[in-house]
Amino acid sequence: MADTVVGAKPDTHAAGEDPNRRDFIHIAATVAAAGAVGSLAWPFIDQMNPSGDTLALASVEFDLSKVEPGQQVTIKWRGKPLFIRSRTGKEIAEAIKGDTAELRDPQADEERHKPGKAEWLVLVGTCTHLGCVPTFGGGDYGGWFCPCHGSHYDTSGRIRKGPAPKNLAVPEYTFLSDTKVKVG
Amino acid sequence: MSGHSNYEPKTGFEKWLDVRLPIVRLAYDSVVDFPTPKNLNYWYTFGGILAVCLGIQLVTGIVLAMHYVPHVDYAFASVEGIMRDVNYGWLIRYMHANGASMFFIAVYIHMFRGLYYGSYKAPREVLWILGCVIYLLMMATAFMGYVLPWGQMSFHGAVVITNLFGALPIVGESLTTWLWGGFAVDNPTLNRFFSLHYLLPFMIAGVVGLHIWALHVPGNNNPTGVNVKSKEDTVPFHPYYTVKDGFAISVFLILFATFVFFNPNALGHADNYIPANPLVTPAHIVPEWYFLPFYAILRAVPDKLMGVLLMFGAIATLFVLPWLDTSKVRSMRYRPTAKLYFLIFVLACLVLGYCGGQLPDNHVIPGLSTFKLIDADLNSFVWLSRIATLYYFSYFLILLPILGLTETPLPQPESISEPVLSHPASTPAGATAAPEKKG
Repeated sequence: MADTVVGAKPDTHAAGEDPNRRDFIHIAATVAAAGAVGSLAWPFIDQMNPSGDTLALASVEFDLSKVEPGQQVTIKWRGKPLFIRSRTGKEIAEAIKGDTAELRDPQADEERHKPGKAEWLVLVGTCTHLGCVPTFGGGDYGGWFCPCHGSHYDTSGRIRKGPAPKNLAVPEYTFLSDTKVKVG
Repeated sequence: MSGHSNYEPKTGFEKWLDVRLPIVRLAYDSVVDFPTPKNLNYWYTFGGILAVCLGIQLVTGIVLAMHYVPHVDYAFASVEGIMRDVNYGWLIRYMHANGASMFFIAVYIHMFRGLYYGSYKAPREVLWILGCVIYLLMMATAFMGYVLPWGQMSFHGAVVITNLFGALPIVGESLTTWLWGGFAVDNPTLNRFFSLHYLLPFMIAGVVGLHIWALHVPGNNNPTGVNVKSKEDTVPFHPYYTVKDGFAISVFLILFATFVFFNPNALGHADNYIPANPLVTPAHIVPEWYFLPFYAILRAVPDKLMGVLLMFGAIATLFVLPWLDTSKVRSMRYRPTAKLYFLIFVLACLVLGYCGGQLPDNHVIPGLSTFKLIDADLNSFVWLSRIATLYYFSYFLILLPILGLTETPLPQPESISEPVLSHPASTPAGATAAPEKKG
């Protein structure tokens, strides 16, 4: 190294001293490059989020007159099953009785349906454990049972037993008329 | 790769190339002249077997990608088209599907071998960690590959595994949406899984290069765990281990061919021949066999987040293993106590694998109901999984750290050659001990 540059000044820049002009160039260039790469990173991350056409399909309308009391219709909403259940009086009574039980995700039955529409239950049909589709009529509570890991839901779709942490989700929906709902 | 080289370029072209790109020298030093401990047994052939597995998966996979369509409407039909219409498509697909299982059989044996002979200990920690990285990449690749045929198991397997990330607090939901590219597993998910399934094997190949590099710096461990002391302890890789590995690969390929030609669906699941239906989950959903131990750990825990953390923790633990094992003795051949606990560990892994394939609430001993403890009957696969999970973690986090300090190891030989040469029965010692000089 001694023979590289004749008459070069000895390096006065040692550790602990203020950065000199060359350090400044190094730091500025590194920061600029890191900033450029960093700002480009977001588009490459965000491209994996739902695209415009996926978001555009986010709501669906459904005609309730097709569902008889005690029946459940499963439709597809946002790629997931959606349960539209016409509850019988017995089911509603059982759900109300469940309000006072010890619940993992406490919620009264009346918070899970629209006011005055106790017979209509609209639920996202994916188990809150790992997303399998529960079947109606199984389990210990007369509601849904998930075949994957054994979660039991009651007639209000509330989690009662098993590994799932939450009640079956109630999506955002409105009654457009007495026989028509819009979900999403 | 490890310093000195005995390569002498012979032809004019080799001499010309050697000063420009010494690639022949690299190959010569790593697979011909590489000094290898002379006592490696057949457990050490699985590295070579794994290289063959990766090669088979790459070649068959690239061919399958020429015929496969990564779209929810066509994926299942295109796979069936490969099976029925593409010339030899059935063979190539069965090789690829069974190849994944063969790959995992080999990698598990390779890992257990490393655990038994202490191949993760200094100075091979980086070698071990790179191996763990390869294993993680393999699991990601295998999972995404299983989704591509878009059958019922593909779809609902993808749903369950991606939902695992939803267990994470705060970011969980946006993370799963991001993984899906929608509000459920759907076409964007399939598309990106195909892209990544094609990419990851090449990343594996890259890390395998690093893995071999990290192997060739300290050199191979060996069944005694004793360092190579002199040239007498080694033989050149070729022909001694090219032949030994070659023989093992041939035997392994017989097993491979048995599955491909005589029972190609034995390791798969019949439900995956039903096209994916997002509205109906199969009654009994199980992952591929090589994920069953981790699936059992996941189900052993009654809390969703804890289950997910323990499952990932089971793999994360492997990464820090070199610093958990406190014993100075590498090979368990000289650690009688640790050897016993190791065998129980292998058993615990097999038990976890078995439990992962059973319905959690089923009885282990049929017809016997005991009492309920933490949400499950004591005589159930959940409880068997819990016990095995407890042992899995105890082995790494309690037993290995403590055993290294408390156990009395057996005396280790002075060198690799010593136990062979000092043995009275080994009559013509020179015949087996000294490598033949080429000539």
